[in-house]
Amino acid sequence: MRVMTGMWSFIKGIGMVIARAYALAKGLRLTLATFFTRPVTIRYPEHKREVAPRWRGVHYFDCNEKGDTRCVACGLCVAVCPSQCIRLVAVELENGERYPETYEINSVRCIYCGLCAEACPVDAIKLGRGYEFVAHRRQDLVLDKERLLANRPGGAP
Amino acid sequence: MELVYFLIESIVKVVVVFGVLMGAVAYLTLAERKILGRIQVRYGPTRVGPFGLFQPIADGIKAFFKEDLVPAKAHKALFVAAPMISITAAISLFAVIPFGAVIEFFGRKISLVIADLDIGLLYVFAVASLGEYGVVLGGWSGYNKYGLMGALRAAAQMISYEIALALSVMGVLMISGTLNLVEIVQQQAGGHWNAFYHFQFFPFIFYLICALAEINRTPFDMPEAEAELACGFNIEYSSMKFALFFMAEYAHLIAVCAIATTLFLGGWDGPFHLPPTLSWIWFVAKTGVLVYVFIWQRGTFPRLRYDQIMRFGWKFLLPLTLANIFVTGLIMVVRGQ
Repeated sequence: MRVMTGMWSFIKGIGMVIARAYALAKGLRLTLATFFTRPVTIRYPEHKREVAPRWRGVHYFDCNEKGDTRCVACGLCVAVCPSQCIRLVAVELENGERYPETYEINSVRCIYCGLCAEACPVDAIKLGRGYEFVAHRRQDLVLDKERLLANRPGGAP
Repeated sequence: MELVYFLIESIVKVVVVFGVLMGAVAYLTLAERKILGRIQVRYGPTRVGPFGLFQPIADGIKAFFKEDLVPAKAHKALFVAAPMISITAAISLFAVIPFGAVIEFFGRKISLVIADLDIGLLYVFAVASLGEYGVVLGGWSGYNKYGLMGALRAAAQMISYEIALALSVMGVLMISGTLNLVEIVQQQAGGHWNAFYHFQFFPFIFYLICALAEINRTPFDMPEAEAELACGFNIEYSSMKFALFFMAEYAHLIAVCAIATTLFLGGWDGPFHLPPTLSWIWFVAKTGVLVYVFIWQRGTFPRLRYDQIMRFGWKFLLPLTLANIFVTGLIMVVRGQ
């Protein structure tokens, strides 16, 4: 009787070893399969990922036919901005139009919510598709009027 | 005059083997990172040079120019000696490994092995155990609790798996009846590989598992478990001392694969015959495949728990390697050897 029990547990042990070895082999098969799959890496500086259609990147100014900003310095973007990163100094021209003398977006503070673009009545400020936006000093990340105009698609580099 | 020829021959062989080995170690680090990357569906290093081929050089330069720290409370002499012990033991293993058939060179017969020892296998086991002293002493001398834990684990693991490692090659010894590695390879000539022709396949697997434990690689990398021990025995090492440990690990990896090739896979014997001057190609190819298997399994298996490793070594590998001696004897009796 004891011999039988011993035999039985021996056979059970062999079955367990085979089952576990099979589990290990399954793992090895999986990694061998992934070894031969093409890596999903996008090698960044040479290849870039397409951004989403509604991507909100760095701001730009749309221009009018004279190539100047369409902004009328109404101040709605300043009022709506949740992080209060827009600084606007408005002046009135001789013909009665309002014009932004200074328009600065502190893009370090900006949270890229896009509310400024939604609030703008003349569609002057917009959020572009660019995301490669780095500088060595924080001051360099403050976008003034010229840089906002240059940022527009097809604008000056 | 004979002595002079012998000296020249030996020096040339040592220089060639050492050079090839160091180059292989350097590029094995790159190969491992690349293979692990591919397993994880990414590329691995690609930036330094074409396909990242200069990465080992960059790594070497970096290691060389790092600050070489010695902890204030460390045992200075042992702290410096430990990496040297590791690398010396790892490289010394290659002295007895035959990597090709006897070639003829200006009428002189040159066997492609540095030292044709009659006790080659014994030498291998002796020197391989010495390598563990580097790990144990390195972990202890740094005066760091994690290092000490790593050293303790290394010592326990070494003792547990050394036994199974030695027993797993017993079958090969019984079949070949010699400890001379060159003769072991010659007896396997013509496709009579120990792993297949002599039914030593399971011992071959056991040998690979024990070898993994011996060289402290995943899933048996207890002494340097990053997650729990913050790199374990080499925690206090920096600069070239760390690089020496690193090189020793990879040299040891190549060494155990080369020994497995010699003992189980017929050394320089191949499916079709190559001239003696090219016979080393088979040896290199088989060793390379085994190295790949080691890296492949590293990318697959997680690290085991300490008690699991001990249990596996003592309660699984040891009885089975012992049983293999019996089974091999049975096969030899049946075959009338």
